[in-house]
Amino acid sequence: MQTVVESTGICKSFGETRALKNISFTVDESDIFGFIGPDGAGKTTLFRILTTLMLPEEGTMTVLGLDTVKGFKELRKNIGYMPGRFSLYQDLTVEENLKFYATVFGTSIKENYDLISDIYSHIEPFKDKLAGKLSGGMKQKLALSCALIHKPKILVLDEPTTGVDAVSRAEFWIMLKKLRDHKITIIVSTPYMDEAMRCDKVALIQNGTILAINQPIKIKEGFSRKLYSVKADEKYKLLLALKKYPKTSSVWPFGDSVHLTVNEEDPEESVKSFLEKEGVKYPEINLTEAGIEDRFLELMKSENG
Amino acid sequence: MPEKVITVQHLMKKFGGFIANDDLNFDVYKGEIFGFLGANGAGKTTAIRILSGLSRPTSGEVIVAGYDANKKPEMIKRNIGYMCQKFSLYEDLTVRENIILYGGIYGMKLAVIKNRVHDLLERLNFEEYENRIIADLPLGLRQKLAFAVAVLHEPKIVFLDEPTGGVDPITRRQFWEMIYETAAGGITVFVTTHYMDEAEYCDRISIMNEGKIVALDTPAELKRKYNAETVEEVFIKIARPVAPHTPLKGG
Repeated sequence: MQTVVESTGICKSFGETRALKNISFTVDESDIFGFIGPDGAGKTTLFRILTTLMLPEEGTMTVLGLDTVKGFKELRKNIGYMPGRFSLYQDLTVEENLKFYATVFGTSIKENYDLISDIYSHIEPFKDKLAGKLSGGMKQKLALSCALIHKPKILVLDEPTTGVDAVSRAEFWIMLKKLRDHKITIIVSTPYMDEAMRCDKVALIQNGTILAINQPIKIKEGFSRKLYSVKADEKYKLLLALKKYPKTSSVWPFGDSVHLTVNEEDPEESVKSFLEKEGVKYPEINLTEAGIEDRFLELMKSENG
Repeated sequence: MPEKVITVQHLMKKFGGFIANDDLNFDVYKGEIFGFLGANGAGKTTAIRILSGLSRPTSGEVIVAGYDANKKPEMIKRNIGYMCQKFSLYEDLTVRENIILYGGIYGMKLAVIKNRVHDLLERLNFEEYENRIIADLPLGLRQKLAFAVAVLHEPKIVFLDEPTGGVDPITRRQFWEMIYETAAGGITVFVTTHYMDEAEYCDRISIMNEGKIVALDTPAELKRKYNAETVEEVFIKIARPVAPHTPLKGG
């Protein structure tokens, strides 16, 4: 497999804030590569360097064999970028926006219609509507069409699904999988942990540092301890009681259960009787498989000391 | 029977010919964590604006914190708290100044506020940030502080509109612990989120689609009813977006 992005020791600061600290990674051709991390982790800064819009302070990045600093002119022809904030022309229509982007890159809608038809067909019935008047989901589809209209080899998407409901997010990922079939490499960032599992490879990023980088399944497997799922009707009481349990190592609320690790073997009976003594009714405790979020929590905790 | 803090009967809201809220009926109880879910454009924001006294129903009865949304919206505003991700605190004021400002807006006496400032900062472990401006704080701290400020005046209900968007997984969990604590103290928490795993933290959830409430129950009961492993599966089964789309075969 061919490497299309190679980042070595990238650093970037804004005043006192070190936004990126020694970021190194590689991306293989036709992969969906995800940067997963919260706001302020450095995802957008990294994407700006990757798309030649910002200069790194230290380190080098090559994309499609071209240096992002020296080769920026050539590179821009081959990158499609969808920034986190909607940045199309709100006072142009849907079709005018698409035409504009096609023309800027010296192509036409007709020439690359194949590539975008799956996505654009959803909004084509509204092609005479102003972009600013579209709903969130439709804006997103138009922005993606505009980012693709020059048939880029790499598509960079900065938090395309933030604030988008679960149904539309699932649809968006189906569209991305289809683009991969066109041999387009996709680099995407998201704060939603569940989307990590949809990527071929992910980097967990926090405070400008990559905590882990691997296939999502391998990252999950990196979770080093036995993980227990504890349930009871009174969730808050359960949580407080588990925090008091003397052998508790970590305890995190996880939806309808609490995820627990402990410093002892076979803790089931002992945890149960402790909880009952604390007045938690009908507790259930079972071994469970760690998810990617469990691993992220574990990595963050060791990072923060 | 637990005390009702929100009662909604036959709520309709129309904008011209468009029906944003179509015959909504539900109650929310004291100390409950109520998740208000729906696809983008389903009518959630319209409903929340009415429930918080910012907009009037076209027809139907809405009682919040004991006041009628048609007749006494100003009294509703005084008896609720509100926080959203996009705007909550003034960035160029310090932590202390924000707390005093919001306390004052909600009609609290300065002496009372000053007492609570200390309690609040101690409880959050924020003493060292008292005189820092908000712009200098990390997002996670801001969100936790914004929530604490939204319940400073001890409202009957607090509305949280996507409170955890973009925050890291540890902070999200700390935030939910604050929600649990608040609800245990008798304040009703009315929350919207796009994180479906967070919906599982709620006591009950409602799911809106095209202006109507299409499901309302405990997460466990909804999962049982729709034969789903997670709330996300339930959501994908029943919360069809308004915009044209291709049908999906599950998540």
